[in-house]
Amino acid sequence: MPTKVERWKDETYGMEIRDHLLRFAEEGWDAIPEDEHDAWFERFKWWGLYHQRKGQESYFMMRIGTPMGRMTPEQLRTIGEVAAEYATGPVENPEFGDAYADFTTRQSIQLHWIKVEDIPDIWDDLESVGLSTIQACGDSWRNIVGSPVAGRDADELIDVWPIVQDLHEQFKGNDLYANLPRKWKVAMTGDRRGSGQGDINDLAFEPAVKEIEGEEVAGFNVNVGGGLARKEPRFARDIDVFCRPENAADVAAGLSALFRDYGDREDRFNARIKFLVDEWGPEKVRSVLQEEYVDYELPTAGEGLRDEYDYNAGRADAAGDYIGVHDQSDGQNFVGLSVLVGRMGADDVIELADLAESYGSEMIGLTQRQNVIVGDIADEDLDEFLAEDLLAEHSPDPHPFMRGSIACTGTEYCSLSIVETKNRMVRYGRWLRDNVPVPEGVEDFHIHLSGCTASCAQPQIADISLRGMKTRKDGDAVEAFDVGLGGGLGENPQFADWVKMRVPADEVPGYIANLLETYETERSGPAESFRDFVAERDEDELAALADGEETSYEDPYLGNTKMTWYPYAEDTSMDASPAPTDGQGEPLPSDD
Amino acid sequence: MTTAVHQLDDGAWVSVNDSREVNVSDLWRLAGHDFCGCRLADFLAEGFVEVAPVGADVEARIAGQCIQCGASGVTDWLTLGRVDPESGTFRAVVPESVHVPGRPAAPR
Repeated sequence: MPTKVERWKDETYGMEIRDHLLRFAEEGWDAIPEDEHDAWFERFKWWGLYHQRKGQESYFMMRIGTPMGRMTPEQLRTIGEVAAEYATGPVENPEFGDAYADFTTRQSIQLHWIKVEDIPDIWDDLESVGLSTIQACGDSWRNIVGSPVAGRDADELIDVWPIVQDLHEQFKGNDLYANLPRKWKVAMTGDRRGSGQGDINDLAFEPAVKEIEGEEVAGFNVNVGGGLARKEPRFARDIDVFCRPENAADVAAGLSALFRDYGDREDRFNARIKFLVDEWGPEKVRSVLQEEYVDYELPTAGEGLRDEYDYNAGRADAAGDYIGVHDQSDGQNFVGLSVLVGRMGADDVIELADLAESYGSEMIGLTQRQNVIVGDIADEDLDEFLAEDLLAEHSPDPHPFMRGSIACTGTEYCSLSIVETKNRMVRYGRWLRDNVPVPEGVEDFHIHLSGCTASCAQPQIADISLRGMKTRKDGDAVEAFDVGLGGGLGENPQFADWVKMRVPADEVPGYIANLLETYETERSGPAESFRDFVAERDEDELAALADGEETSYEDPYLGNTKMTWYPYAEDTSMDASPAPTDGQGEPLPSDD
Repeated sequence: MTTAVHQLDDGAWVSVNDSREVNVSDLWRLAGHDFCGCRLADFLAEGFVEVAPVGADVEARIAGQCIQCGASGVTDWLTLGRVDPESGTFRAVVPESVHVPGRPAAPR
């Protein structure tokens, strides 16, 4: 029997939700019928709006999908202006102030505290510069990820930007693919770095070459069924298909239609295509695709470039991100800047846009490591650009612990999260920077902190993986983390080994300090990466590497932040919440 | 009156009559259970797998783990709370009090 969500989607879904949202915006929060809240909030996701968690009723997270994280400075400025005007809540965040934008691991932007009444004006602002919230959440084609510097990167096989733009145009607002059994995440990589992180996507186009009729063709190998969520991580499986660039839309249409038709609509926990690939095997996926969804003979897979991949690969001989100055194919430079946990104040967003424009940049890129790239900096301008004040905060040469830290939204806003995340990761990063020696030769150390098993911070593919948990300390329930080690992508993708469970959150920095001391002492030399060091050891040896420990680190969020209406409010109790509010942010009368 | 119950957002919370009532991240004390070997399990709710109204009660099976022993899985049916038949108001149980999964046995 189809789930309730499927029944709600059958009634109303896709493009038509926009008209309803505009109506609710006109009439106000109260116009959303109380006995239809669940159905409407599920539908609103399709237009990029996610109702915030308990205690924050009437406020929404708004997600803006930017294909491959790519924007113009004008678009970035608009996002900063929208954040400053509309994404302000009743209480400031102590680390980030009262207005900010979150850059996500899927190269989108998230704004919080959005009121339904403001949505039309926000859409007007965004759409006037070519941005949209369409299909940013919900059961359809999500934001397509890949390298934001495609076409500029001097280290690439194919410029995928025109192809991704074409896919974005074809599959956004397309009724045929508007209602899928679950989300559909696509990655397209044309570079030699593996920066699309296709392995953890539902559909991955990986760069490859193949000899066809005596001619060497550059294109893609096609992998299907990757994903990290719900303690069921999968790498995308090779379905033995080579795809010419001009066939990418046909193959993508075929596979998303296959998912639409054969995906499980009776159990949302089993709906992602990774489970269909488990059930069918890659051979059947290929044969059904061939027989039912494409009208040309699919070539078998070509020769991939996987042995060159270094993005988030944990290699000692190459940085695994885009931080720093890099050559563009046109002789200019792109500069990757660190944005700690992906959150940037609205004023900084605007300043960055202005700065980029003043240097003649036509491209801003958000990366899957929650950082930002400014493209098109000329050689003669580089020193001046690098000396700009804003780059002291968002550095092209950050401390390794600040550089590699990723965090999801957490209990600040998210219903699923078990623990506080972003502010905590900021505090972890600072403490580690100030107290823990960086092992010699380490420039880029990846710590991914995720609030729960949904894995939005991609915890399984980091040097150190932190996944939200609870434990008891002196009898009291406290926020904690399961700790995994040694995950990463690259030539041989590997999920982290979970080696230490339920470490109290205030003992995690001490654990990391102890772990890195052991690593530096016991590794064979600076050429042995942390990931290789972990791979050399068995389960018992990994568990024995280090223990958690209280240190000078102080954790203000150790209690149950999920029980609060907002973890940083003066009075955090649910009863103190002003929500729901009207369009001016004034509390609405309660039914009680 | 009919009670509408949904588990939503990947099982993050349970809605009763379109009001968000029960969240993941609570610790539940479980007795008389076969979830793990602990006499009194200290169970962290990580996701609501199934939810159903049973008379005035709202029951659910919850995915999570015992933070004492580390066993993870899905519980038998647990009572999350009760809907007042007169007012329709949902009154949640206190997770940290002791609960016995699987009771009361009732058709769902």
